[in-house]
Amino acid sequence: MTTSVLTAEKVSRSFGPIQVLFDIDFDLRPGEVHALIGENGAGKSTMMKILGGYLDPTGGGLRLDGETVSFADHRQAEAAGVIMIHQEFNLALQLTVEQNMFLGRELTRGLFLDHAAMQAESRRLLESLNCPLDPRLRISDISVPNRQMVEIARAVGRNARVLIMDEPTAVLTGRETEILLDQIDRLRASGTAILYTSHKLDEIARIADRITVLRDGHLVAHAPAADLTPDQMAEAMVGRELSDLFPDKTVAQSDTVLEVKNLTVPGYVRDASFTLRRGEVLGVAGLVGAGRTELMEGVVGLRHATGTVRVMGQPLQAGSVLAARKAGLVYLTEDRKDKGLLLGKSLRENLTLLALDKFTNVRIDKAAEDRALTQAFTDFDIRAGDRNMKAGNLSGGNQQKLLLAKTMLANPDIVIIDEPTRGIDIGTKQQIYQFINQLAAEGKSVIVVSSELSEVMSLANRVVVMGRGFIAGELEGDAITESAILQLAMETRDQEAVPA
Amino acid sequence: MTDATTTTLPRRKRLNLNVLGPLLAMVALIIIGAMLNLSFLSPENLTNVAARSAFIGIIAVGMTFVITAGGIDLSVGAMAAFVAGVMIMVMNALVPVMGAGVPLVLVGMAVALVVGIAAGLLNGVLISKVGIEAFIVTLGTMGIYRSLVTWLADGGTLSLDFALRGVYRPVYYDGILGLSWPIIVFAIVAIIGELAMRHTAFGRHCAAIGANEQVATYSAVKVARVRMATYALLGMLVGLATIMYVPRLGSASGNTGVLWELEAIAAVIIGGTVLKGGFGRVWGTVVGVLILSLIGNILNLASIVSPYLNGAIQGVIVILAVVLQRESKSAK
Repeated sequence: MTTSVLTAEKVSRSFGPIQVLFDIDFDLRPGEVHALIGENGAGKSTMMKILGGYLDPTGGGLRLDGETVSFADHRQAEAAGVIMIHQEFNLALQLTVEQNMFLGRELTRGLFLDHAAMQAESRRLLESLNCPLDPRLRISDISVPNRQMVEIARAVGRNARVLIMDEPTAVLTGRETEILLDQIDRLRASGTAILYTSHKLDEIARIADRITVLRDGHLVAHAPAADLTPDQMAEAMVGRELSDLFPDKTVAQSDTVLEVKNLTVPGYVRDASFTLRRGEVLGVAGLVGAGRTELMEGVVGLRHATGTVRVMGQPLQAGSVLAARKAGLVYLTEDRKDKGLLLGKSLRENLTLLALDKFTNVRIDKAAEDRALTQAFTDFDIRAGDRNMKAGNLSGGNQQKLLLAKTMLANPDIVIIDEPTRGIDIGTKQQIYQFINQLAAEGKSVIVVSSELSEVMSLANRVVVMGRGFIAGELEGDAITESAILQLAMETRDQEAVPA
Repeated sequence: MTDATTTTLPRRKRLNLNVLGPLLAMVALIIIGAMLNLSFLSPENLTNVAARSAFIGIIAVGMTFVITAGGIDLSVGAMAAFVAGVMIMVMNALVPVMGAGVPLVLVGMAVALVVGIAAGLLNGVLISKVGIEAFIVTLGTMGIYRSLVTWLADGGTLSLDFALRGVYRPVYYDGILGLSWPIIVFAIVAIIGELAMRHTAFGRHCAAIGANEQVATYSAVKVARVRMATYALLGMLVGLATIMYVPRLGSASGNTGVLWELEAIAAVIIGGTVLKGGFGRVWGTVVGVLILSLIGNILNLASIVSPYLNGAIQGVIVILAVVLQRESKSAK
C-alpha cells in the first residue's frame, strides 16, 4: 500500500454552536483519485476547505507526508503543493490566461516581466493537458470548460502534489467532462493525489479509486470504488428519516392556477412545460446547474424568456416582475443576501419594498408600515433584537423569515420559493416547512425549488425533475422516490449542451 | 451565516453625529463669519449668499436623487449652458413675432424646461436602456453640450434681446417679503425634494436601486424607469435653474456653468448622501450648498485668507465630509 500524502485524522469542525463535521478520517495517496460524496450540506465543502487550508479544523488534525501540519492559510497549503480548485473559479476575468496562470508569481527579467517565458510556459502547461489555448486570450473571452482547464493548468504549474477538485464537472457538458476525466487520468498516472467530488455518480464510478461518503457531517461509508454501485452510493448518501420534521401533505384541488408552456430561457432551459394546481405544493428537483432557478426566473419575468405563462388562465405579460406580482405570482430568490434583502437598510424598508404600492397614496404611510412589521414579527416569528436594526444584522434564519414576510405581504396566490432553507438551522427549517404546508392548506399554490431531496420529497404533492436545461420528467404520489428522482436528474439527452 | 445581533446603542449615538455633522459645520461657519466681519450677518449679505446658492442648489437637489440611485451626472454644468443658449436664441428669434413681453418670457421658460428634460432623458436612456456607465455617458454629453453652446454662440456670447431683459429681469432681482425669486424657487424645490425622498415610493425606490440593484429588480421595482426618471428630473431642474440664472446676466457663452457639476456633486456629498448610492437626504444637500457658498462669502468679506484659496478650502471640506462619514460607518 502506498503511503498517504495528506491525511486528515479525526477532523471535526463547528460553526458557532453548529457542528458540521464529526471525527472524519480521510486520506489522499499519490496516483489515486479519492472521491468524496454526499448530499448538499453533508459537509463536503467544509472538509475540502480544511484540507486546502481555507479553514481550520476545530478538532483533530492534518498530516502531510506523515508529519503533523497546520496550514495558516491556503497560501501555505499551496506552497506545500496542496491546491484547491473552486467551483466558482478564482480567475481574474479581465486578465489573460497567461497573466492568470502566473498571478502572484510572475517571472521577471531584471525589473521587467518576462512575457515570452511566461507565455511559453503557459502554452506548455496547457498543451500537456491537451488544451491548446492561446495564453494571450482574456479569461472573459474563453468558454467555461476552458476556464476550468486554465485553473487546472495553473495548479499543475504550481507543482500540485494534491489537487482538490470541487465539482469540476458541474459546469461541463458530457463531451467536456470526458476530456476532463482523461486529464485526471493523466494526472493520476503522473502521481498526483486527487480529491474529486461530483453529484454525478456514474462519473464517480468511472474515475474514482476509493470513495468516502458523508452524511450530515458523519463518515458513513468508505470503500474501494469497485465495491460500490451508483445505487449503493445514493443509498449511503441519503438514507435518513426525518419523520416529524415535515408536516403531513395537503391535498391539491383540481383547478389549474399556473400553466407554463414551452418556456425557453436562452442559454439555460429549453421548452419547459408544467402546470400548478390550486392548493398544491410542486417540488422542482435537479442537479445544481440544471437550470431550475433560471426557469423560475424566466416564469416570473426576471429573465428574458420565450413561451407562454398563464396565471388563472390569463396570459402573463413577459419580462415584468411587477405584472407577475399583480397577477398574484411571486418568486422568492435563493440568494437572499444579494437578491433578496437590502442588508444595509432597516427591517421596515425591506419588508414593504415588494408591496410598497399598498402603503402608498402619494405619501408612504409609515405608521402602516410599522404595523405591518409588528404583524410580521408575530406571523413569521422573526426574532430581531431591535426593530430598527438593519436586515444584514439578522441571523440567516431570521433573514429568510423576513424575506418570506416581505414576499407574502404582496398577498400572492402562487409563491415560488427557491431553496427555502439554504443555510439555516433545523428548527427554522421546520417552521418554514410548516408555513409552506399552511399556505397550501389555505388554497394558495407553492413551488418549492430545492437541492435537498428530502425536502422536495416530503413537501411536494408532485415533483418536476430537471435534467440539464430541460424537464426530464414528473413524479406524483408514491412514485416520488429518491432513486426515481436521481435517475431522472441524471438523464442525459443528445443535445444536452446548452451553450452558456 | 451572519453573526448575531450587534449592540445598537453606540451606533445610534454615532448616527446622530453623522446626521448633525453638516448642520454643525454650517453653524460653525456662520459663527466664524460673524466674528470676522460684522456685515456678515446683515440681511443683505445673507440673502445674497442664499440667492447665489440657488442655481447650484436647485441642480444639487436633482443630483441627490441621481446619486442616491447609484448614478452620477457630470453634464449638468454644460447642460445649463446649452439650455441657456437655446433659450436665448429661441426668445430672440421670437421677438419680432411675439414682441418683447411676458408671454415670450413664458415661452422661453417652457423651452428651458423642455430642453432640460430632453437633455436629461438622453442621459437617462443611454444609461438605463442602452446600459452604458453613467460616468462615461455624462462625460460624453458634457463635452457635447459644452461644445454645442460654444458653436451656437460662434465662440462668443449669446445675448438676450435688450428689451426682453427689462421684462425678464425681475425674475432674478425681485421677489416677495425681501426674498428674491431664486431663493423662493430653491426653497420650494428643496421642500418638495425632501418630501419626495423621504415619503414617496419614488424616493424609496431610488435608495433601493442604489443600495442593491438586484434586490430592487427582484422586488418588482421598475429599475430602468426609476433610474431614467432621476436623470429626467435632474434635467428639468437644470432647466429651472437656468430660468433663474439667465436674467442675472442676460447672456450665455461657452463659459456659462463651468464646474457647476462638481459644485453640485460636492454639495450632495457634504450633505451626507453616499456617493456610491443607497442613501440620500435632500436637506443635507441644501446644507451642503449653503456651506460651499458661505465659505466663498466669508473669504471675500474677511481678508485673512485670500479668496483665491476658496476652491482649496471647499476641496478640504468635501474630503473631510467623506472621511467623517466613513468613520461613523466603520464604527457600526
